[in-house]
Amino acid sequence: MNFDFSDDQKMLKDQARKFLSEKCTTKTVRTVFEGDQHYDANLWKQIAEMGWHGTAIPEEFGGLGLGYLELCVIAEEMGRALAPVPFSSTVYLFAEALLIAGSDEQKKKYLPKVAEGLLIGTFARAEGPGAVLPKNIKTTLKGGKLSGKKIAVVDGPIADFAVVLAQTNEGAGERGLQLCVVDLKGAGVTRTTNTTLDASRGHSDITFDNAAAEPLGKAGEGWSDMQRVLDRAAILMAFEQVGGADVCLAMAKDYALNRYAFGRPIASFQAIKHKLADMYVNNELARSNAYYGAWALSTGARELPLAAASARVSATQAFDYASKENIQTHGGIGFTWQMDCHFYYKRAKETGLVLGPQRAWKDRIVSELETSNA
Amino acid sequence: MDFEDSPEEAAFRKEVRAWLDANAKKRDGRRQIDPEDMENGAANEMAASKAWQKVKAKAGYARITWPKGMGGIGGTPMQSIIFGQEESKYDVANGGPFAIGLGMCIPTLMAYGDEEAKKRYVWPAVQGDEIWCQLFSEPAGGSDVANLRTKAEKNPDGTWTINGSKIWTTGAQFSDYGIILTRTDPNVPKHKGLTMFYIDMKDPGVDIRPIKQASGGSGFNEIFFTDIKVKDSQRLGAVGQGWTVALTTLMHERLAVGGGTGGGLDVAQLMALARTLELEDGPAIKNAAVREKLADWYVRSAGLRYTTMRTMTALSQGKQPGPEASIAKIVVASKLQDLSAFAMDLEGEAGILQGNEAPMQGAFQGGWLSSPGLRIAGGTDEILRNIIAERVLGLPQDIRVDKDVPFNKIPTGR
Repeated sequence: MNFDFSDDQKMLKDQARKFLSEKCTTKTVRTVFEGDQHYDANLWKQIAEMGWHGTAIPEEFGGLGLGYLELCVIAEEMGRALAPVPFSSTVYLFAEALLIAGSDEQKKKYLPKVAEGLLIGTFARAEGPGAVLPKNIKTTLKGGKLSGKKIAVVDGPIADFAVVLAQTNEGAGERGLQLCVVDLKGAGVTRTTNTTLDASRGHSDITFDNAAAEPLGKAGEGWSDMQRVLDRAAILMAFEQVGGADVCLAMAKDYALNRYAFGRPIASFQAIKHKLADMYVNNELARSNAYYGAWALSTGARELPLAAASARVSATQAFDYASKENIQTHGGIGFTWQMDCHFYYKRAKETGLVLGPQRAWKDRIVSELETSNA
Repeated sequence: MDFEDSPEEAAFRKEVRAWLDANAKKRDGRRQIDPEDMENGAANEMAASKAWQKVKAKAGYARITWPKGMGGIGGTPMQSIIFGQEESKYDVANGGPFAIGLGMCIPTLMAYGDEEAKKRYVWPAVQGDEIWCQLFSEPAGGSDVANLRTKAEKNPDGTWTINGSKIWTTGAQFSDYGIILTRTDPNVPKHKGLTMFYIDMKDPGVDIRPIKQASGGSGFNEIFFTDIKVKDSQRLGAVGQGWTVALTTLMHERLAVGGGTGGGLDVAQLMALARTLELEDGPAIKNAAVREKLADWYVRSAGLRYTTMRTMTALSQGKQPGPEASIAKIVVASKLQDLSAFAMDLEGEAGILQGNEAPMQGAFQGGWLSSPGLRIAGGTDEILRNIIAERVLGLPQDIRVDKDVPFNKIPTGR
């Protein structure tokens, strides 16, 4: 039984924490949050120099080929730091989509650039509020031309390329879906920056009007390809969420120990202690589920979809709870713009929605359980 | 990251399997043991438990981490877990009756008893001839254990006389001996006036009465002590040091990996129920509210399962388990209560039935009835949250208004 990260992986994690604690303070996050840039370009460049982008990209495609466990420990640190960079969209979504559905030629074309930090990528699927369903995908891909509109695309304002879920055969539903890669700087692409809750992560609507697009994977497999990408991204994102949730607990604890009311630290009141104990329990459960996801991701286990959905739901719940109760523990000051608490509250919601909402992932858990019990 | 044994662990597992093959039969389906029957002292099951314990003790598998010749092999906690995993695949009797004695009482005796006592009591307990219970909780002292009132008074001849009562004592009715925490000085603050003894549970002054629980069963007892005479050599630790001794006992309790399982009632059973029921909008298993709940409870169960694996990894690497080991009961007990109540709601009017008349032989009614007890026994949800807050997160203790007050001046309620 060795259900833990190796010493080398822990060392990598320590390095990442040290690096980010110097280069990405909450002041860095605040600057992006309050400024007109959608990310910290300088931090992005430095992270690329560390080689993190290519952690799990095989060496033949320009990456370090270290593996997914290494990427998981980095993800946790990115989550702790609330790093305002397009790491998750480029590395967990765009690069994974290429690895899953791309031809060798496509991998050679895009992945080395990702690994070097020269390409910002993203993934576009939703077209309106509510569930993303095959029948609701109206964006069409015909003869290498893409037309339609995607909404709230994460890192849309700054991305160079997007993987887009499109319909190749109107009325065919899931059987007509296919992924494709689009150069967002090309002709026929219009972006409208969104106003979003978490201003440290830019989002935009993207309209395609006969934009050039290259198919990625086979027609008719777009939906399952997308699901595989989302499963992998969900595990990596769960580590970000667990990292964020742990920071919320640490902030709440630190504040409670130093804030006095009624003549004593508020941390001595059971109402506060029990709240923090509950945060701890949720965070540990989420961490354990994320570890199982990491194992499934690194070994390509059959259990990957169930492990991914469980990691996703558990981490989303933990980060939600920790971020809101962190504000509650701080009291009024926690609700001010000047304090950092709201960054975590908003990031918890952003990470909890960006790969699809809890409701959909919970349904996926039960579907997986139904098939595994059948 | 993997779930494989290390080479040493694999070798040990092989050795254990060979020994089990030679000494027991492989299980064919689940062994049917009703825990409540067990508590009531079903004689056959007890005899089987004692017989199997003796076989294990001889081979050094009764208490694997203890030294050779004392029922152990000087093994690691991981080896202990491996033995448990393998043993559970065989049709052998439950070691439950010995858990408290060997897990808590005998370690306390080994730490504080004299040589003669160790020679006399350790081996019979290890091989299951004698069963021990732990007598701490009282009607007036549950979560606040140190608030206990059972008196031990010193006699002129150096012996002691014990009077009072204890409650919630698991297995008292079939125990031979018990360790008992008593008040020897009511004029000092509550933690300072306590002293620990061990006593003979067959003493005529010991009156054991089963408590009928809200669930209908009787797994626990109330015990009355009337003029029990004990020798000074039965004292464990110094006079007035009882609290320190009790902490040793409780520390051994916390080292036990695992915690309550909620009787195995979990998401799989709820899914099985949901597959059979029809709701207003179709099959229950297709109902969005049902699916959401199933997923919520599944991630908590899965989270606990993988948390246990993290704990085992720490043990396997020779480290102390981290604080993650302390969360199990909080999660399990509430989940059992909520999940059972939800299942009964799905059953509709049939949910009010009990036992064989209810759907799935009343599994959920059973879980619902036992869950309030599980949320209290072995540390209430509230005390466990305090423990996490104080020992894991390092938050300060609550203000204790009785801390420096002599015990006999502490206000009492009803």
